[in-house]
Amino acid sequence: MKEYINTGSKDTRSGFGAGLEEMGNNNNKVVALCADLTGSLKMDEFKAQHPDRFFQIGIAEANMIGIAAGLTIGGYIPFTGTFANFSTGRVYDQIRQSVAYSGKNVKICASHAGITLGEDGATHQILEDLGLMKMLPGMTVINTCDYNQTKAATLAIAEFEGPVYLRFGRPKVPNFTPENQIFEIGKAIQLTEGKDVTIVATGHLVWEALEACKSLESEGISAEVINIHTIKPLDSEAILKSVSKTGCLVSAEEHNYLGGLGESISRILVSNQPVPQEFVATNDTFGESGTPAQLMEKYGLNSTSIVTKAKKTISRK
Amino acid sequence: MSNTAALHAFTTQVRRDILRMVHRVNSGHPGGSLGCAEFFVVMYQVMLERKSPFEMNGIGEDLFFLSNGHISPVYYSVLARSGYFPVEELNTFRHIDSRLQGHPTTHEGLPGIRIASGSLGQGLSVAVGAALAKKLNGDKQLVYSLHGDGELQEGQNWEALMYAAGNKVDNIIATIDYNGQQIDGSTDDVLPMGDMKAKLEAFGWDVVEIEKGNDIESIITGLSKAKSMTGKEKPIAVLLHTVMGNGVDFMMHTHDWHGKAPNDDQLAVGLNQNEATLGDY
Repeated sequence: MKEYINTGSKDTRSGFGAGLEEMGNNNNKVVALCADLTGSLKMDEFKAQHPDRFFQIGIAEANMIGIAAGLTIGGYIPFTGTFANFSTGRVYDQIRQSVAYSGKNVKICASHAGITLGEDGATHQILEDLGLMKMLPGMTVINTCDYNQTKAATLAIAEFEGPVYLRFGRPKVPNFTPENQIFEIGKAIQLTEGKDVTIVATGHLVWEALEACKSLESEGISAEVINIHTIKPLDSEAILKSVSKTGCLVSAEEHNYLGGLGESISRILVSNQPVPQEFVATNDTFGESGTPAQLMEKYGLNSTSIVTKAKKTISRK
Repeated sequence: MSNTAALHAFTTQVRRDILRMVHRVNSGHPGGSLGCAEFFVVMYQVMLERKSPFEMNGIGEDLFFLSNGHISPVYYSVLARSGYFPVEELNTFRHIDSRLQGHPTTHEGLPGIRIASGSLGQGLSVAVGAALAKKLNGDKQLVYSLHGDGELQEGQNWEALMYAAGNKVDNIIATIDYNGQQIDGSTDDVLPMGDMKAKLEAFGWDVVEIEKGNDIESIITGLSKAKSMTGKEKPIAVLLHTVMGNGVDFMMHTHDWHGKAPNDDQLAVGLNQNEATLGDY
């Protein structure tokens, strides 16, 4: 399989911060809003360099979404920043009416998504956000896998007209995608070629999928790994092309299996080309406190789990 | 006709439009719409410095946001009769395939509308955001908004009130339709909100009270005063004392007509009390 090198682990939220900083200098229509988590969201540089275009809203996420919608009226491109939980579930109706239904060009940027937020526990972890956001008509939903991809996605969504949910996380994870890879919204990236099983992963699970691919290869199983950074619109063509070769699939995500990437894939498979699918995802549960690694292990969101599910889906062919 | 007489005539026609619109589809919200007819007429015929054709970004013109979207009949009538779209289109209110949805939306591309509203409590945040955009653009025009008094029970309003004062958003005039009524009864019965003026002032807003909120001259005077107070590092609130159902005697001073349409006989009575002035759609 093609080798991917970790050029140095970094948090995906820092990729967002770097992208925002770069855009701040290149696009004076970009404005940023934060609900008292500037440091956590890595928005400090943007704030320091463009104080006139940075809005500290305070702990008032509903107001933040509304103000962002209003800022689009006047030609601005608002990027809101807070944790994923407070970016979605807390403000669902504000996003629904003032952003999605109103067709406003707001970029909802969410850090600390999923269980890898870690020690803070279930009140701050969210495993339902992809489902919430993908159900909204007109919403583009993106979940990036590493620092470089998050930075590239941040730049790309500013150029895209329409509401976007951009999901990233807190922990340092391997940085392995090419530094200057252009981010194409809705375009899957095939990472390895294989013939026995397709592994479609998003977010932090992409690196785990590559690790699983290595492990499977050592057992003589050839896996095709696809990095799905855009959950909606989903690149159905890439998925169908791959399963037409492999005949089975594993989906992997740091999210509840209900409403997640896996279910979107299932819909495409049953409508076009039914093949066995196994899910690496949380099983209708809240998270809990722990280190990210402990939690990924306990909730079955790692390469070991992907290997197990890959063998299972192959056996069902 | 004096200007005031013309505005009265305009308002009478708007009342007819409201009654006919909700009657035709046997749904909609006539009470609050009638209570704000004079306000809307003054807003669109006197106060707002508007540009044509309609552009979403609204740069270089005053903006208006309706937060309590259920009073869409008065909004649609005044928008149509102010030239945003054909008056005949009022006939499609709440019909399938119409741009005049039950609650206002940008989704169908109706000129004049800049945000969807209906789910309450969101409009002030949006108006504040639009006011901030005006400041960034160096645009000296103002942002106006309208909110129900019952709507202030939604917490998001108080987030926005706190933000606007704390950040000296002084190019916004937010009007509260202070009719004391909401769906389930009087605001005092449903959830007493106390001294609204004191609350708004405590949140750092300057407040203008318009005691006769259904009197065109009083509204012009009050809103002009509010306008003169902008640009002084404080946001401005207007408490507009209105009578729900104003101009149709049996709909006045009650919450009964908050979300109920008149039947054929009631419509006839209401129309008799408001002669056609500009021609029915």
